[in-house]
Amino acid sequence: MTRLIPLREMILAGAILGLLLVIASRFSGFVAPGNLVNVFNDTAPLIILALGQMVVILTRCIDLSVAANLALTGMVCAMINVALPELPISVILVIAALLGALMGAINGLLVWKLAIPPIVVTLGTMTIFRGVIFLISNGKWVNSHEMSASFTGFPRAEILGLPVLSWTAVLAVLTFALMMARTPFGRSIFAVGGNPHAAVYTGINVGKTQCLAFVLSGALAGLTGYLWVARYAVAYVDIAGGFELEVVAACVIGGISIAGGVGSVAGAVLGALFLGVVKNALPVVNISPFWQLAISGSAILIAVAFNARAGRTKGRIILKSADTSS
Amino acid sequence: MTDAPAPSRHIPDRLNSRLARLLRSWEVLLLAVAVAIFVVNCFASPYFLNAWNLSDATFNFTEKAMIAFAMALLIIAGEIDLSVASIIALASTAMGLAVQYGAGTAELVGISLAVGLMCGAFNAVFVTVLGLPSIVVTIGTMSLFRGISYIILGDDAFRGYPASFAWFGQGYIVWVITVEMLFFVVFAVIYGVVLHRTNFGRAVYAIGNNPTSALFSGIRVQRVKFILFLLTGVMSGFAALCLTSRLGSTRPSIASGMELEVVTMVVLGGVNILGGSGSIPGVVIAAFVMGLVTFGLGLLNVPGIVMSVFIGLLLIGVIALPRLWAMLAKGSAI
Amino acid sequence: MTDAVTSAQTPVVSMDAITKTFPGVKALDQVRLDLYPGQVTALVGENGAGKSTTVKVLTGIYQPDGGTIRIDGDPVRFAGPKDASAAGITAIHQETVLFDELCVAENIFLGHAPRSRLGLIDTAEMHRRAAALLAEIGAPFDTYTMLRDLGIANKHLVAIARALSVDARVVIMDEPTAALSHKEIEELYALVETLKSQGKAILFISHKFDEIFRIADRYTVFRDGSFVGEGKIAEIDENALVKLMVGRAVDQIFPERTVAPGEDVLQVVGYSHPTEFADIGFTLRRGEILGFYGLVGAGRSEFMQTLFGITRPSKGVCKINGAIRVIRSPAAAVGNGIVYVPEDRGKQGAVIGLPIFQNITLPSLGRTSRAGFIRLAEEFALARQYAERLDLRAAALDQDVGNLSGGNQQKVVIAKWLATQPQVIILDEPTKGIDIGSKAAVHDFMAELAAQGLSVIMVSSEIPEVIGMSDRVIVMRDGRIAAELSGDELTPETLVRHAAGITAAPRLQEA
Repeated sequence: MTRLIPLREMILAGAILGLLLVIASRFSGFVAPGNLVNVFNDTAPLIILALGQMVVILTRCIDLSVAANLALTGMVCAMINVALPELPISVILVIAALLGALMGAINGLLVWKLAIPPIVVTLGTMTIFRGVIFLISNGKWVNSHEMSASFTGFPRAEILGLPVLSWTAVLAVLTFALMMARTPFGRSIFAVGGNPHAAVYTGINVGKTQCLAFVLSGALAGLTGYLWVARYAVAYVDIAGGFELEVVAACVIGGISIAGGVGSVAGAVLGALFLGVVKNALPVVNISPFWQLAISGSAILIAVAFNARAGRTKGRIILKSADTSS
Repeated sequence: MTDAPAPSRHIPDRLNSRLARLLRSWEVLLLAVAVAIFVVNCFASPYFLNAWNLSDATFNFTEKAMIAFAMALLIIAGEIDLSVASIIALASTAMGLAVQYGAGTAELVGISLAVGLMCGAFNAVFVTVLGLPSIVVTIGTMSLFRGISYIILGDDAFRGYPASFAWFGQGYIVWVITVEMLFFVVFAVIYGVVLHRTNFGRAVYAIGNNPTSALFSGIRVQRVKFILFLLTGVMSGFAALCLTSRLGSTRPSIASGMELEVVTMVVLGGVNILGGSGSIPGVVIAAFVMGLVTFGLGLLNVPGIVMSVFIGLLLIGVIALPRLWAMLAKGSAI
Repeated sequence: MTDAVTSAQTPVVSMDAITKTFPGVKALDQVRLDLYPGQVTALVGENGAGKSTTVKVLTGIYQPDGGTIRIDGDPVRFAGPKDASAAGITAIHQETVLFDELCVAENIFLGHAPRSRLGLIDTAEMHRRAAALLAEIGAPFDTYTMLRDLGIANKHLVAIARALSVDARVVIMDEPTAALSHKEIEELYALVETLKSQGKAILFISHKFDEIFRIADRYTVFRDGSFVGEGKIAEIDENALVKLMVGRAVDQIFPERTVAPGEDVLQVVGYSHPTEFADIGFTLRRGEILGFYGLVGAGRSEFMQTLFGITRPSKGVCKINGAIRVIRSPAAAVGNGIVYVPEDRGKQGAVIGLPIFQNITLPSLGRTSRAGFIRLAEEFALARQYAERLDLRAAALDQDVGNLSGGNQQKVVIAKWLATQPQVIILDEPTKGIDIGSKAAVHDFMAELAAQGLSVIMVSSEIPEVIGMSDRVIVMRDGRIAAELSGDELTPETLVRHAAGITAAPRLQEA
């Protein structure tokens, strides 16, 4: 029984295609390649963060601090750019990833070393990170005219018709697909979430794996922080406010079980794409963007009810074995 | 077997006296923190020790605390409701809508509580009937409920609440005692008694410690959880009443982020986020601690967002420090 | 490989004076254990003798507080499971330590998968090697199967393949036959012979004596965390081994019972469940002890949990004192005087985290409260009454149940039910995992309850207990009643025959 793409991912992919077809039947412009590239580029940050969140949720944790991490890193990058406009983008990228990873490590260490429930830890760090943005910026905005052209230009630069922001998402997806399928760390993430007790017997350090998942999630949030601030050419305290819930929603819609151990890279990406398509389609089909929140909420509920139904474990089925043996 | 020792005829009821237990409790530690903050505030600002200022300060926590009482029971039972702030938004929007059609204060109260009850029932069906994890369900309904408010209101706001409606959020009982303060005390007593002195409360603890064992002990686990979600919904509806009355207007972004403050208050109050333990007195003290911190920093002209840093540090700190101590103590013993 | 006879002189692994202490418990006290190549060593002892701790020390999950482990005579220290694995020690654990969401090959190679030059997992090579291992042990599924799609027996084969995948020199099998059928057990024996012939040292942990005498070459006996003896299986008999295990001769004495059962209390007619059992019917009388015997997985516990209202029957009627009662929840069962002491004490027994008195009064709160408000003094009085009746050993009634021993936790559960003044008490494997002295106390107590007019249903897999305690016995097989036995029909042979479905020959197959 070789399954390249499991059933639930197929269904979700089908749902997205169906959605696109319905929109295309009335607004063919929406599915024009150029617009689809825009939709993908717009969804890229969500895809990147969903990948990090997926790893965290797979290990039975949750990271509510990703949006605050993104905003804080974005602000730091913007302020560095204002202070040192000549600093090359490559250095900025490294700083963003490292700073994000550092914040992820704070979460991870609190979960690993002090065994504080992840939801409490990240609820706390989420408010702390936001507050720190205010402290370092004094509540002021960093606007586009203060940023250097290379700083804001990087995520928008096009390679083969696709902006760098999109390429970053593609690269992240490929890296994660490879990591989850083909590295010992990737497999141990499934083991830790699926059966932490058994993982210990296999020689896997559960807490350390969870901590690394947070570091990974943080690094991606940090990297996205720079890309976000540069793309929109503005940094302030409240950017990406509430985005953490959209990220969790993408994972849940993508079939990643909040109980850990179940989920896939394809699921996370499709979950993010679903939300991205809905968000971009609303203005096109003349529905007020105010519908978006309710739609994503309903999508979460439908997805989680659907996944739970599909994944319900069966009993021992004693009678059936009796029928076959007699 | 005859070599068994004689049966112990008198197992004492209690291992330690109630006083000894009380002195080592989380609630006492928290109370000490509250007193310390109070004293610091007295020295930090000359405006602190003023009855009217202090009365104003209670608005910082009364509405959140009302929800926190119900949330405490829910979290002790091993579930959580992250949609409470969105229920406020929806209930407030429903009230605003009703005002457009000429509803009076009595109708508004009914509408607010009914919306809260319905939202709670909606969550409860997903969690108890369909058996889904409450954290995911309520992250979903958190978007859904507030989303409906956005659909109805968009960028607009509802105003024009009747004058008598202001009583809930702006009224005073006597002198500096606000109406909200009165409700806070009443609910604290009710929830305290329910949790600590009734069969229902005992069932809540049993479920939180081990839902399977509780079921095997003849407790109607799903029914208790259903009721807890209803309670959290109704309390959110009531908080919507107070908050809308106090603000005098409804926007879809009303009370946004409040769910996290409520959860923080509950956890700060010593309720185990994984369920099974916690107390209402703890939540009451936590409400005061958070109110005092916010008020004190406000007097010192510290902006709200920086206060939230303190709240976040407090949340992690109060849980981390005892564990850190325990770890260091163990480390030095070996 | 060197010649099997000469290498048998020196052990591959030798544990010497190993001590392991946990807070309040000395789990292992100066124990020794030698494992020889090409030989099966049975580690024998009662529950709590330290067998599981020994396995965990040998596999690097626990680090011993004292003593030395030697491999080929050289002292080693295992900092974690990886070190033990690298030293060639592998274990098939009692609990399934596998991962439902990974495929068979990944389960086999998790932690030591073959790598490509880039350091990535070489999936093709992993599946090729896994397929070879599965072929070797005759597993009937492919390496891409997700583990969750396999049954218990096949999961067990995966665990064995995993153990073999590390090219181990020492294989530990912790109660490997507990969840297996007769046929699967035979296949396992064949596998053990294969491993022996490859010169691997095998540590075999089992409670089943027929098994030990059939496949073990040597034995080592622990009692209460201490070493008490070792030798060749050929030089000892069953009685002598039991004597070593328990430290005294055991001829289990069951309480004498004289009370004649009274009127019908519980009548079950045609109880069925869509997948677990069908057409269960019986009558239970006042003061009677009705035994339920069967192999593990015969559907006994599943039926009892339906009778107790945890799951719902698809068909069937339950009458109490002649009146039909619909029981769709445990609360309804308790209300109708039926209570259930579960087998899985960890998950379904006492509510750990609540104090003793709250556990005892949990289902009886209606009696110690007015209008839903608890009266603490009455609650303590009720709890004390039943705690003392059960001879509970505790420091105080407000102590957390979690601090009690397993036996005392079980007493709390029974006290909790007696406080509801039930008519029928269902005891699911009441003496599983408790020592012989406590067993006798449980048996005496059961007889006392029956004498006081309580009707007892006892689910048990221990033949002496079933025969010694029951007035009548119902044997279940594959979810159905296979026989109802009483009086002279009640012999070990008939029980085993009906439970295993051997209808033709009354003689037991020689083990």
